Amino acid sequence: MNVSTETLPSVEDAIALGLTRDEYALVCDKLARAPNQVELAMFSLLWSEHCAYKHSKKLLRTLPVEGPKLVMGPGENAGAVDVGGGMAVAFKVESHNHPSAVEPFQGAATGVGGILRDIFAIGARPIAVLDSLRFGEPSSGRSRYLLDRAVAGIGHYGNSVGVPTIGGEVYFEGPYETNCLINAMALGIGETEKLVRSAAAGVGNVVILFGASTGRDGIGGASVLASAELGEGDADKRPTVQVGDPFEENKLIECSLELLEKGLLVSLQDLGAAGLTSSASEMASKGEVGIDIDVAKVPLREADMEPFEIMVSESQERMLCVAEPARVDEVLALCEKWEVHGTAIGEVTDTRHMRIFRSDELVGDMPVDALVDDCPLYDLEPEKPSAPLYPAPKATLSGDFDAHAALLALLSSPNIASRRPLFEQYDCMVGSRTVRRPEQADAAVLALAHGGAIGVSIDGSGRRVAADPYTGAIEAVLECAANLACVGAQPLGLTNCLNFGNPEKPHIAWQLTEAVRGLGDACRALDVPVVGGNVSLYNEGTEGPIYPTPVVGMVGELPDPGRAAQSGFAQEGDTIVLVGDFHPVVPASEVAKLRGHALPDGLPPVDLDAVRATHATVRDAVRSGVVHSCHDIAEGGLAVALAECCLLGGIGAEVDPECDERLFGEQPGTAFLLTGAQDDVAGLGRVIGTVGGENLCVGALCWPLGELRTAHAALAPLFP
Amino acid sequence: MKFGVVQFPGSCDHRDALEAARRVADAQLLWHGDHDLQGVDAVIVPGGFSYGDYLRVGAIARFSPLMESVIAFANDGGPVLGICNGFQVLCEAHLLPGALLPNTSLRFICRQVDVEAVGDSAWSRAGETLSIPVKHTTGRYFAPEIDPAQVVFRYAAGQNPNGSQDDIAGVRNAAGNVVGLMPHPEHAVDALTGSADGLHLFESVLRERVH
Repeated sequence: MNVSTETLPSVEDAIALGLTRDEYALVCDKLARAPNQVELAMFSLLWSEHCAYKHSKKLLRTLPVEGPKLVMGPGENAGAVDVGGGMAVAFKVESHNHPSAVEPFQGAATGVGGILRDIFAIGARPIAVLDSLRFGEPSSGRSRYLLDRAVAGIGHYGNSVGVPTIGGEVYFEGPYETNCLINAMALGIGETEKLVRSAAAGVGNVVILFGASTGRDGIGGASVLASAELGEGDADKRPTVQVGDPFEENKLIECSLELLEKGLLVSLQDLGAAGLTSSASEMASKGEVGIDIDVAKVPLREADMEPFEIMVSESQERMLCVAEPARVDEVLALCEKWEVHGTAIGEVTDTRHMRIFRSDELVGDMPVDALVDDCPLYDLEPEKPSAPLYPAPKATLSGDFDAHAALLALLSSPNIASRRPLFEQYDCMVGSRTVRRPEQADAAVLALAHGGAIGVSIDGSGRRVAADPYTGAIEAVLECAANLACVGAQPLGLTNCLNFGNPEKPHIAWQLTEAVRGLGDACRALDVPVVGGNVSLYNEGTEGPIYPTPVVGMVGELPDPGRAAQSGFAQEGDTIVLVGDFHPVVPASEVAKLRGHALPDGLPPVDLDAVRATHATVRDAVRSGVVHSCHDIAEGGLAVALAECCLLGGIGAEVDPECDERLFGEQPGTAFLLTGAQDDVAGLGRVIGTVGGENLCVGALCWPLGELRTAHAALAPLFP
Repeated sequence: MKFGVVQFPGSCDHRDALEAARRVADAQLLWHGDHDLQGVDAVIVPGGFSYGDYLRVGAIARFSPLMESVIAFANDGGPVLGICNGFQVLCEAHLLPGALLPNTSLRFICRQVDVEAVGDSAWSRAGETLSIPVKHTTGRYFAPEIDPAQVVFRYAAGQNPNGSQDDIAGVRNAAGNVVGLMPHPEHAVDALTGSADGLHLFESVLRERVH
């Protein structure tokens, strides 16, 4: 049968869809003819940066992906680690940056929906969501709008779908003004033996699409929106943003898990970026088979959709599965029980081709390998920039050293002020596993039904990575691991989302290369495998690139959730110990930002072996049950960490370090404030003070708790 | 003694309610499309977003086949508890007076609050103060003509999270067998996850059945 060539697009059409002239020529070569409209649409998406990782795949291959607890690594819908008792925890972080910059509510909502589908696609029940957000300064009206709507969107989807949002982070910096970052991480739990992979198998088996019907929303999202810089006229791209329906997803989760539980499926895959094109091609590629799809059988929202539109639509809340012919009736009956559309739309073949039909007409015919594996991979051309890339922030604090004013300014600054007005908009408890909620401990803690528990954290500091991509990326991993140590959790695996600018520019290529090198070195030093992740490039607005922002999410195990230390000081009279080899510096810190200092060229190196030992000391102490509180020293340095411990515990402290610049210096992930009875904790580090009273006193300088609390509540007016 | 927990499409807290009830007695899920209450002794209509809460919160769920049986069970004096979305459904079904309006902040709010039990019913004993979380967007109770005797739960002074009339957190029907409240007792049944005070509701109905 000959493929339909009614409409033969030109090379200019290919370029408009995001392919280069050379890539178009390569497509023609692979097909031995020019692609028609359906084929070009499919190639342009699968060969986009978003789907093919063509600028990052070579770098990602340098990350460590082996570990003793690894169950599923990169390449599947999500990674998974063994948590004992025959159970595995699946997790992954993904970006939804450009859709959110164009339409923050739906962009953020569908970011949550998309990452959840990755989790239940492998047969794990979603148990938690975390998010990592970046916006411009809240003094900007646009940033306040993006913040308000993105938080509402995350809450709308997560709360309604019935999965708790248990943690996250948000930072405000000028370089994110145009291009905000919305990264969402999801976790799920399932029996290790029953986790499913996405490879299609069994020639003659039936391909079934289930979930929402297919519309024109999100057409070209992966290529037009996710793989190009933001610029003028982005409002016109609003129709490329998908619209989410958490109710549909709630039913889809239950339906998918019951289909798997009953053993009715050969494989399962979610429909994400590039829709049917991507999920069907990847299933065929992994299974080394071909797939025939009849677009005339796909349930549509609009009757007159073209075959190429059906193949690339990014309508949300859809799944694709493969089932044996004898099981199809049972599969469709279960879909009916859950009130989701289920339709057989295709068949597994031995052709190794993706063939797209409209009833009897063949409208596309492409080798699977060409679609999925033959996209050219590019070498980056990294070059360290000769001049600073980012302007110095506007000063909001005078340069004269005044510790009293500096602490209050830091506590009320957008990056440090309490996140309570944000996280109170998220259900943190549905599922009844949440042992440590936001602001209770440095990491979220979930108790697992089979015993034991996990700690989870998500972290990343763009400003510090901008100052030094290699060391900054190391610090992000250390900060995340430090949060786990505070609750007594041993890291099992890490997922990352690499948010960077345009990698075709040498200075961005340098940031990306150095940051990935740092991630790899830190993961190797801590023995934590990378189980998967996501890359988001081209994060640039008209005024330049974002801060390079590798976001890392980590999952760790702890034997006794009841012993997970809280962040806040717990008990009058407790001894405060500073644990860790702490060498804080002011450049690139929060206080330096408030003073309007430009970024330094480089950060001090970190002794990874020493940090690893510190984390082990803290973790073991917490697990032994003698620790009353534990908080790592992060943004704003020792002074802010002390204030946070006082505020979260509702009790003061007297400490005696020198009251000087070092009080505000930072070296993330390397040191902790730990409390307990003197005999139990004094040997763990340097004793610096005692818990008690109504004030935080550092030497002769005192802050009443009420004054600190007022400063810390500075974000509340943004959410009236 | 057996609890039945209703499961609608879009329910979120049905498993939590099931496990909470199992701490004090037997419990099972009841499917929205069935009519049969399977011989349960008490019914819990749980939280979530039944049928997506499209049209109006609780408005569609109230017409489900199972709810016809729940309404008959309630009118026969059977104990029924509606939590959050379940409270909204019971108001829509006219088993309870009043209505739930959007929070004055117009935002979803998730927070641990102190709730005072101020009236006796199948599910409450006046005099207790319970630490229980709320999590909802549409929890502002409104019932201008309500008989004060029907108010069974109030938010403690200064802790009203949603602008509810007279700090009302939960109400009962005239007979006292049907109760609805916005706070989530099923999320307060274990000190490890924050509080065990919510168990009092499940134990109350158990005590009632035993006596």
